Amino acid sequence: MLAVAGLFLFPFYVFLTMSLKTPQEVAGNPLGLPSGLNLSNYATAWQQGGLGDALVNSVVVTALSVALLVGCGSLAAYLLARRMSRLSHGLYLVFLLGLMIPLQLGMVPLYQFMHDANLLQTYTSLIIFEVGHHLPLVVFLYAGFTRALPRQYEEAAHVDGASSWTTFRKVVFPLLRPVTGTVVILSAIGIWNDFLTPLLYVGGSAQQTLPVAIFAFRGEFTSQWEVIFAGMAMAILPILVVYFLLQKYIIKGFASGIKG
Amino acid sequence: MVIAALSRLASRLARHALAYDARSSGAGASGGLYAFTDWAGRRGGADVVGLANFAELLASPPALTALGNSLLIAGAATVVQTVVGLALALALHSSLASRNLLRTLFFAPALLPPVVIGLLWQYILTPAGPFNDLLRGVGLGSLTQNWLGDSDLALGSVIAVIVWQNAGLTMVIYLAGLQNVPAELLETAQLDGASWWQRLRHVTMPLLVPATRIALSLTLISSLKLFDQVFVMTGGGPGHATETLSLIMYKEAFVSGRYGYGAAIALVLTMIVFAFALLQLRGLRRFEVEP
Repeated sequence: MLAVAGLFLFPFYVFLTMSLKTPQEVAGNPLGLPSGLNLSNYATAWQQGGLGDALVNSVVVTALSVALLVGCGSLAAYLLARRMSRLSHGLYLVFLLGLMIPLQLGMVPLYQFMHDANLLQTYTSLIIFEVGHHLPLVVFLYAGFTRALPRQYEEAAHVDGASSWTTFRKVVFPLLRPVTGTVVILSAIGIWNDFLTPLLYVGGSAQQTLPVAIFAFRGEFTSQWEVIFAGMAMAILPILVVYFLLQKYIIKGFASGIKG
Repeated sequence: MVIAALSRLASRLARHALAYDARSSGAGASGGLYAFTDWAGRRGGADVVGLANFAELLASPPALTALGNSLLIAGAATVVQTVVGLALALALHSSLASRNLLRTLFFAPALLPPVVIGLLWQYILTPAGPFNDLLRGVGLGSLTQNWLGDSDLALGSVIAVIVWQNAGLTMVIYLAGLQNVPAELLETAQLDGASWWQRLRHVTMPLLVPATRIALSLTLISSLKLFDQVFVMTGGGPGHATETLSLIMYKEAFVSGRYGYGAAIALVLTMIVFAFALLQLRGLRRFEVEP
């Protein structure tokens, strides 16, 4: 077990030590420990990589997309799960269809659409795409969970004179909290890590997200691996910190989201 | 029932899309239809060319290589990742002091951006890089290779990286599935004299079929669509050795501007994904049991 864990962790060791090495140490001894806490690579990467801007872009795109997904997804799923009409059943099937169709099929027409709508190189294009791309899964998760909720609470709220909107906001949405956690985790990770679509939609612009910026960074610092690793370390630090703080919930969220 | 409804829905959507497309002379409308045109983007209109794009695909050696690579990556990564993920889950399900830390660590790569994973391994696998150094360090110097630069080895290296990144995800699915295996059932089996292997084979595995189905379909579909890691690590090279369908689709549509041909590749990929998803749904349901 220890040997397996060791081999598995080897890339992380490389990651950490590389970012702290001097160019001489990288060339002379790729495997060894760095001579000290040499943070100059981090300074170089931060100053020349534009990673700060990319970090802000990633946070903006991810936060807005996730907020829209939670808002639209929970409301849509609530309606689709509670209304027993042919229309709502048909709409639900449309969302299921969205789960099955690979992204590649829509890539060309979507790109053309964003171009025609003059939205390329903007946050808007990326947020529209990410929300649309993740909405089927979000609706699927919320609808499944909503169906399992007893209707009595909602009926009681109605009897007490609450409007449908108040019932949803004050009664249903709080009950949906566990699945909201899963939705936030799954979609935030997916959107944060997405590469191809941001590359097409906002690549090379001031709106580019972290994965695109790191890829450009690699091109800029071709053979200075120590600087590239420092840049990558700064880019993944936020995810790793959040992950190690919330690992119990994240692992659970993934398991239950995937099981649903 | 759902499938019949979906296929009715799909054909209705296609009819509407075709009608819309005819009205708006080629632009707009939905994805798969471009596959039957020679559309080259804004510069010109689209002429319907029927199945010419598919004929070109089947007659082009690089495209066939990419098709083969995609299937090979999906097959190999799915098998290896499922076995590794299951082994990790079985090892970490038991009460081990360090299991929480190990679970956390094994799952971590699945959360990192594939771009970062690609760059990290691109460096690790360079001829003068840490992996060859490690081999020399443990006395296996004769095994050192140019892992990504040798066209016989590159695809295997890519598959290994995919497995490294995603085995933790399979592990998490199996860990969730293992919670549905009642401990009493295993104890009874043990009292009846069943060996570890027999308990795994006859008690645990049948109850893990739902988890297996989810793990298999996730891995299969995501590895069929593989793009980010190969794009970053090898760019499809050396030669065409690691090109995938997603990668040539990107190159044809967005680099060469052949949107129609790119859409045809995307449609082929879509059909393969659907075929595998259906096959798997049918195939695994047979093994399912109630706990």
